[in-house]
Amino acid sequence: MASEIIAIAKRAILEPCGLIPQDIEKLVAQLAGDAIDDADVYLQSSHYESWSLEDGIVKEGSYGIEQGAGLRAVSGEKTGFAYSDELVLPVLLEAARNARSIARGGDTARIAVRGGHAVPRLYEPVDPLGSLSAEAKIDLLRSLDAEARRADPRVEQVFVSLSGGYSSVLIFGLDGAMHGDVRPMVRLNVSVIVESGGRREQGSAGGGGRTDYGFFFEQDRASGYAREAVRQALVNLEAGDAPAGSMTVVLGSGWPGILLHEAIGHGLEGDFNRKGTSAFSGRVGERVASPLCTVVDDGTLPERRGSLSIDDEGTPTRQTVLIENGILKGYMQDKLNARLMGVAPTGNGRRESYQCLPMPRMTNTYMLPGEHAPEEIIASVSKGLYARNFGGGQVDITSGKFVFSASEAYLIEDGRITRPVRGATLIGNGPDVLTRVSMVGNDLELDPGVGTCGKDGQSVPVGVGQPTLKIDGLTVGGTRV
Amino acid sequence: MSDNRTKLETLESLTRFCLDEAAKQGASAAEVGCSADQGLSLTVRLGEVETIEHHRSQGLGITVYYGQRKGSASTTDFSERALADAVGAACRIASYGAEDPCAGLPEAELLAKDIPELDLYYPWALDAEAGIELALACENAARGYSDAITNSEGASLNAFEGVRVLGNSLGFLHGYASSRHSLSCSVIGESEGGMQRDDWWTVARNPAELEAAEAVGRKAAERTVRRLGAQGLSTRQCPVLFAADVASSLIGHLIAAIRGGNLYRKSSFLLDALGQRIFPEFVHIHELPHLPRGLGSAPYDAEGVATRARDLVRGGVLESYVLSTYSARKLGMQTTGNAGGVHNLIVDTGTEGFDALVRRMGTGLIVTELLGQGVNIVTGDYSRGAAGYWVENGEIRFPVEEITIAGNLRDMFGHIAAIGNDVDLRGNVRTGSILIESMTVAGN
Repeated sequence: MASEIIAIAKRAILEPCGLIPQDIEKLVAQLAGDAIDDADVYLQSSHYESWSLEDGIVKEGSYGIEQGAGLRAVSGEKTGFAYSDELVLPVLLEAARNARSIARGGDTARIAVRGGHAVPRLYEPVDPLGSLSAEAKIDLLRSLDAEARRADPRVEQVFVSLSGGYSSVLIFGLDGAMHGDVRPMVRLNVSVIVESGGRREQGSAGGGGRTDYGFFFEQDRASGYAREAVRQALVNLEAGDAPAGSMTVVLGSGWPGILLHEAIGHGLEGDFNRKGTSAFSGRVGERVASPLCTVVDDGTLPERRGSLSIDDEGTPTRQTVLIENGILKGYMQDKLNARLMGVAPTGNGRRESYQCLPMPRMTNTYMLPGEHAPEEIIASVSKGLYARNFGGGQVDITSGKFVFSASEAYLIEDGRITRPVRGATLIGNGPDVLTRVSMVGNDLELDPGVGTCGKDGQSVPVGVGQPTLKIDGLTVGGTRV
Repeated sequence: MSDNRTKLETLESLTRFCLDEAAKQGASAAEVGCSADQGLSLTVRLGEVETIEHHRSQGLGITVYYGQRKGSASTTDFSERALADAVGAACRIASYGAEDPCAGLPEAELLAKDIPELDLYYPWALDAEAGIELALACENAARGYSDAITNSEGASLNAFEGVRVLGNSLGFLHGYASSRHSLSCSVIGESEGGMQRDDWWTVARNPAELEAAEAVGRKAAERTVRRLGAQGLSTRQCPVLFAADVASSLIGHLIAAIRGGNLYRKSSFLLDALGQRIFPEFVHIHELPHLPRGLGSAPYDAEGVATRARDLVRGGVLESYVLSTYSARKLGMQTTGNAGGVHNLIVDTGTEGFDALVRRMGTGLIVTELLGQGVNIVTGDYSRGAAGYWVENGEIRFPVEEITIAGNLRDMFGHIAAIGNDVDLRGNVRTGSILIESMTVAGN
């Protein structure tokens, strides 16, 4: 199966530019040497499209091609890197020499390229761009505009965007192993502006994954996004000022799992921990969460946005337990940091493209379910905040302080959800926020496939998820004192 | 320089090829932008080289019009076959697009004719060895600043240069070279209260105008050490002083709210604010696109429209929006030469320095770091994570963290009490520190 994927990737990348396996062997040989601990050649060929609708018409469409090679040589903790958009042997050889110059000495090596190990296929090598005719894509966008407007007369503006991408990668390691992957991705989003009595609010919903456009027609997903965007906007139209201060917070299931991504996920990436710059550094085996909490990073979920069959260094992805019953179990690793820390890579070595160096990144990060029904959790709170939807978040790895911003939230009073409040940022301290988790729901849900994570300027698609959670004491950044 | 001329000529000929190809395929109008960049970036950490990255990238984007229908495509492959494919893809997309009365190239008379020389190109003939020396000097200065500095994220040096060309079927075809170099340092300190990290950086078109490496390192260390022992704060309302380097984000929110795209989509809290007083009378903000060596300087915008100096806010009154050709037509106005963004936004300063503003504030919060994206441009609602210093009676008492600051941008803009003369010159927005009369601070 791996050979079939590799054959497809070779056809997409090597054939159009005329590179042959012997050329790649020359490149790897150019990168190799006595002082070189690791090296790789990463070849990528991608194309993508996007269509967008506003004012009820499809105004914008674009198509793009991105291809090139990244060449890396690693010596100890030092990395030399060069890339090129031109897949031409002399240019790539120069890039290899530049990358190789990280270590002294001019030794040469002979490399024979061979196939890597077979890995399970988590998504089909389908090109989503061809999975739907242009007319059908436009019809889809227009039908969502109509769906949103039909949902409520207060809908003033509707924006719909549809995008798809198809990326083939080939990775050649210092040991001659060749890995390949063919990665589809689709994404659909609906945003609306509603207006009533001079007040204007927005709502937004969407989803996607590593599959083709057929995904949006299954289970009425596309229309569901339109109705959900309108619902959120209308809730915000009724929202009062958010409270300010520390209080009990109940987080909804699914996308609010961005809490885990920011509060603990980044802090458990191998690079920060090798360098001792994370608030979690050196804490494996210690309690960092209540015993109710087990958190994993799992790149192996079929067709999920954050999943990969192999990471961008050729390592098969897997499920890595980060926190088990409250105890910190381990970090997420790429090859470099795993080698320097004396552990195995976990399949978390990811890069935005051939133009960037790989580093430890999350895939799909989520908390396993507990025992309580979500209604039970709400009912246990006499006064607090129920946060159902979020925008983005951010973390300071070193101090451990993290934020995530609620876009749909309600007051809880005497065990009941009473009224909606305006969006507010929640702030906490990563190493202790999960110690205050007092109830975990039985309703684990993953996000609909909308997450993008940024680190050092590189964006990669990720997933998050969690059951409903109750946190005893989190600072809510509203305006009402 | 001759190397650059060759590159410019190459990009110009690719641009012409694509414009011709679009015409051949029946497009009534087309626009092509392309660029070729190269650079070196390197990082040292704890006295050793960590990464050396050699950059060389290129890209071309084309937009075609069939009457009022539009399609776009881009490629990093500059072979004739790939370029023709990209043009073909753009044309195909246009054939499916809807007629949009506002679509099209800018009015010919607004395109830049005399291209000003803005002094943006200073190639840095820097080899990796010399770059490493500079980064090491920077990191060493930081690590040597205090015993409280216990770890480092390293010092990084970036040297970039590139050429870009823009052409359209109205006969516009221009290009220019530019450079951008930077040096940054980030170090970690430790105390009983835990670890803190902070950084400092310098950026310039001309490497000779970069801050000295040692000064960058010392400043990073000084900022880190000052944060050690940070505490929480109880929930309260108080004045907030945004340090200059974070104050520019407030002006960024203003730009987002008066950008044509958000206005015609009715997605701004400043709809119909043109001519209204949105700031106190002493606030003046203007755009100076032709500042020599300016980080945001541009002779023309992303559509080739001539850029020019103008007022955005005069006497606290909003004088102009930030418009591209398309958004201007949607609003029944004329483009302001801001396709692609603003070019050097200058906030006029008051006479007081940072320390004077701290004294003027008396008791309140200095914000030196903001976390997260909690800003809603549709409603103006503002709620972000923050760190900084608590001030009493005009004196800094202790560093604070794990707090949020919240308000509404319209109120915040209307209640700016003072703008300092401590201007941060490192970005596209140049402002001093901004003191806001009152915001909600949430904490423990």
